[in-house]
Parts: sequence; C-alpha cells; structure tokens
Amino acid sequence: MNIVLSLIVSGLAISALVVIPFAGVWAAPFYGVHIEWLFGIVIPYLAAITFFVGMIYRVVKWAKSPVPFRIPTTCSQQKSLPWIKYDYVDKLDNPSTRLGVWGRMILEVLFFRSLFRNTRLQYGEGQSIKYTSSKWLWIGAIGFHYTFLVVIIRHLRFFTEPMPFFVKIIENVDGFFQIFLPTAYQSGLLLGAAATFLLLRRVLIPQVRYVSLPADYFPLFLILTIAGTGILMRYVLKTDVVSIKELTMGLVSFSPKIPEGGISVVFYIHLFLVSALFAYFPFSKLVHMGGVFLSPTRNLENNNRAVRHINPWNPKVKIHTYEEYEDDFREKMIGAGLPVEKKVAPTENKE
Amino acid sequence: MYDGGKIITGIIIGLVLLAFPIWYTHGTAPPRPEVKLPVKEKQCVQPKAYMKTNHMQLLDLWRDSTVRAAKRIYISDDGRKYDMSLQNTCMSADCHAKKTEFCDQCHNYTGVVPYCWDCHIEPKEPKEKSEEKH
Ligand code: HEC
Ligand code: HEC
Ligand code: HEM
Repeated sequence: MNIVLSLIVSGLAISALVVIPFAGVWAAPFYGVHIEWLFGIVIPYLAAITFFVGMIYRVVKWAKSPVPFRIPTTCSQQKSLPWIKYDYVDKLDNPSTRLGVWGRMILEVLFFRSLFRNTRLQYGEGQSIKYTSSKWLWIGAIGFHYTFLVVIIRHLRFFTEPMPFFVKIIENVDGFFQIFLPTAYQSGLLLGAAATFLLLRRVLIPQVRYVSLPADYFPLFLILTIAGTGILMRYVLKTDVVSIKELTMGLVSFSPKIPEGGISVVFYIHLFLVSALFAYFPFSKLVHMGGVFLSPTRNLENNNRAVRHINPWNPKVKIHTYEEYEDDFREKMIGAGLPVEKKVAPTENKE
Repeated sequence: MYDGGKIITGIIIGLVLLAFPIWYTHGTAPPRPEVKLPVKEKQCVQPKAYMKTNHMQLLDLWRDSTVRAAKRIYISDDGRKYDMSLQNTCMSADCHAKKTEFCDQCHNYTGVVPYCWDCHIEPKEPKEKSEEKH
C-alpha cells in the first residue's frame, strides 16, 4: 500500500477510536443514554482479557514450532578448535553455553543490541564504499521503550493503594526539574518526542517508507494519541483524579463502579485508546514484547558442532545397518570373495 | 510444545508481573477519601469543581504573580479579593487549617507529594492526628 493511503487508513482508524468514546460518553447523555459503564468497565475488562489470553495463545503457538537446528545467524566466531580465537565478545555474540545465552538475551532485551550494531552503507572517496555505524534507530527505540516503561510504572499510582515505594522514586527522578504545576514529567513528553521521531523516520526515509504498511503506522499513531490525550489531560484540560482513582481501584479489586459526579470525556478517550492498544497487542507486531524472548536466533546456544540435534519431525524410517546386512549375507560374501568386516561367520551368534 | 517447562515458567513470570496491581490490591478497594471542608467559610477562592481539578494551577499562578510580579491581590471570577498566599490564605485558620484533614486526604490517596512543604510551613495542628503524617 502506498504511503498516502496507509496514512489515511491508519488516521481514519484512530479518528474512529477517538470519536466512539466521545460519542458514547459526551454526546449520548444528551439523548438520555448513559453508557459510561461500557467505556469505563466493560471495554477495559474485555481488552485486558483479550490481552492476556492472546499473549498466552501466541507464546504457546510459538512454543509448538520445532526449532530442530541452532540457527547461527550470529556476527561472531563460533566456538571451534582451541587455536581459533574465541574471546569474551564471541562468547556473548555466539555463545556456546547457557550462561553466554543469558548474556546475549540480557543485552538484547535491555539494551537492544541488535539495533545497536546497525550499520549503514555509504560511499567513501571515489569508488570505495564503507559501512558506518548508524545509531539513530537505536537511540529512538531506546528512548521510546524506556519512557514508555516509566510512564507505565508511574501509572501504577492509579492502580495501587498505598503506592509502592519505587513509583515515588521514579516520579521524583522524572519530575526532577520541578517545572510547572502539576510537575512536568519528562518521560511523558519524551515518549511523544521519540514516537514522533520513529514516525518521521518511516515517513521521510524512502527505503523505510517503502516497507511501511498501515500495520506500522497505526500502532505509532495509537501510542502518539494515547500520550497526547494523557498529556492534554494532565496539563491542560484537567480531570478529577480522585474519581479516576476510585474507578481504577474498582477495576483492579473486581468491584468496579463508575464514580458519582462523572469523569471528563478526555479520560474516557484516553482509556478507550489504551483498551484498543491492549486488545490489538497480541495480534500485531507489538507482540514482539513476548516474541523477543522466543527468538531462536537469540535464545539458543550455538552448539551445532558439539551436540547432535535431532530433527523432531523426522519420519520413523526402518533402518538396516551395514553390520546387519553383513550378518545376513556373510557366508555368501565370503564365498564370492567379497571383503567382510568380521571374518568368522557368527553362526553360533545367530541361533 | 517444546521446552514446556521453560515456556510455562516464562508465562507465569509474565502474568505475575503484569497482574501486579491485582495481587497487590487483593480484592479490596480502599474507600474514597473524605475531606473536611471549612466550617466558617462557605466558598473557596473559585468554584469547587474548578478547585478540585485546577487548584495546583491556581497556586502556580499565585506563586508566579507574587514572587515574580509582586502582585499579591487576586480577584476571583465573582469579584472577591484574596491575598495570594499559600500559608496565609489557603491554610488560614478559617479555611483549610488542618492540612492532614484536607490536602493530605486526597494527596495520599492519589500518591501526590507536593514539594511545596519543603519550604512553606504547614499549619500547626494539635498532636492527636500525628499518625496521619507521611
Ligand atoms: C479533592 C482532592 C484534593 C484536595 C482536597 C487537594 N488536592 Fe492537591 N491535588 C489533588 C490531585 C488529585 C493532584 C494531582 C493532580 C495530577 O496529578 O494531575 C493534586 C496536586 C496538587 C499539587 C501539584 C503537585 C505536583 O507536584 O504535581 C499541589 C501543589 C497541590 N495539589 C496542592 C494542594 C494543597 C495545598 C491542598 C490543600 C489546601 C490540596 N492540594 C488539596 C487533589 C487534591
Ligand atoms: C525552595 C523553597 C520553596 C518551595 C519548594 C516552594 N516555595 Fe513557594 N515560596 C517560596 C518563597 C521564598 C516565597 C516568597 C514568600 C513571600 O514573598 O511572601 C514563596 C511564595 C509563594 C507563594 C506566594 C506567597 C505566600 O505567602 O504564599 C505561593 C502561593 C507559593 N509560594 C506557592 C508554592 C507552591 C504551590 C509550591 C509547591 C508546588 C511552592 N510554593 C514551593 C519558597 C518556596
Ligand atoms: C499504554 C498505556 C498508557 C500510556 C502510554 C499512557 C500515557 C499517558 C501519558 C503520556 C500521560 C501524561 C502524563 C504522564 O506523563 O504521566 C498520561 C496521563 C494519564 N493517564 Fe495514561 N497512559 C496509559 C494508560 C492509562 C490507563 C490504563 C489509565 C487509567 C485507567 C490512564 C490514566 C491516565 C490519567 C488519569 C492521566 C492523567 C494523570 C494526571 O492528571 O496526573 N492511562 N497517560
């Protein structure tokens, strides 16, 4: 699909996700319809169930695919003969032990190592070409994921009472500059900036644009709109946070109730978009949150040469080894002058 | 399923982490906080609904206005005049004289710890309710 169409399709989908809660919570009461419970209780629960069931389904499905062979798409020397150099770098990049695999997985999951080693082909002087390190995607991705994590951890203040100690620590670091009231959190703003950067990267770089689909734009739009409505709600439109907490605590304690007095519609829009994100999660590329742990190129030690891996879907073949063949025909072979491995005919063995 | 043990361990760890708020709360939502409103004064600086959501922005305005522009008189939308002061107006004896029964009620519930009290002095309260401090 071309870029214009992709952007229009994803944009329309997001607009629908904003308009639905707006119509349901803001407009419907004018017609005497009160369906806050749908947007505040039913949809969030359904989204959470979809998320958990979907994630388990995906992980189990992955686990059912056999990985008969260690896939050595690594960037390093594999463990070989003693005189071939096998340094600590190789032990991490091309591990032959479980410990090395843990190292590689930790670097991958926490530091996005495979993005870090991204290179870019460039023309040097004259005819020569060279590969240079390219860290932009890595920086954008690290910024995006870590600010997202911080925002989610800070949101625990709506879902726990009393708040666990680490939330306050994170809030204090995040609000370090103590500017604005309510205190501006850097992470929320940086999340928006990083997601915008990742979106611009897709739109502006021709090669990346060419491989981008609505399935790439939609999640970015969705997260940008979630961050946007959150920021709008915290710093500009303002909502009754005490009532919001009453609703969220009702949700996590399974005694949900829409607080009296109501909550402004921007909160319901934020919540509906988040529900959409959670429900969409297991069926989209976002499922890489679980998938990264099940990447066969990352989570298996490269011991193809040291250990025999048997293909689990090998059909059961009835085999007849040469030794058995010779047992069957030894006398005839000796009689015909053919070479045999065991000289003496093992007649007594056979009976 | 291959590596069933590891997969199931992984799924359980994931579920336990993601369901943190549920087992942390284990089924009982804390009650909505009760705030004690002033007895003497009947009206806040601005209407209650506005104060509920925007009080920190009003305080920010007051702070900037006094500290930066040396303007200390605030005129509310319906024409009442106030001295723009956190300690002497908001927390005055006739208004929110007890921080623990008002501000802290909401703030503890929503996990907000305004840093204002690093410098500003909170009103003195009789000892009885000292366990409310945090
Ligand atoms: C109705 C409940 C309620 C009452 C009463 C209340 N607050 Fe708040 N206050 C809140 C909530 C909720 C927030 C957090 C808003 C947010 O996160 O957007 C807040 C935030 C603040 C902040 C900004 C904190 C920050 O670092 O972002 C300040 C300052 C503040 N309140 C001052 C006061 C003072 C002073 C009083 C008492 C005179 C008071 N509040 C009474 C609910 C209340
Ligand atoms: C670093 C110390 C410090 C912190 C922290 C601080 N203030 Fe102040 N504040 C001052 C000083 C000093 C003044 C000046 C007092 C004056 O001129 O009367 C002041 C004045 C004010 C005033 C106007 C004068 C008055 O009597 O209240 C307001 C309103 C105010 N601050 C609100 C806040 C709020 C709200 C916070 C928390 C978000 C806060 N301040 C945090 C030091 C601080
Ligand atoms: C993927 C999940 C979510 C993301 C990325 C997200 C993002 C944000 C952002 C960026 C803000 C701006 C303020 C800040 O930085 O904290 C915010 C505020 C807010 N979010 Fe979310 N949010 C998410 C989920 C939720 C959920 C599940 C709820 C409640 C059910 C919620 C309720 C709120 C509320 C009430 C605010 C305003 C906070 C305030 O005024 O202090 N969010 N959100």
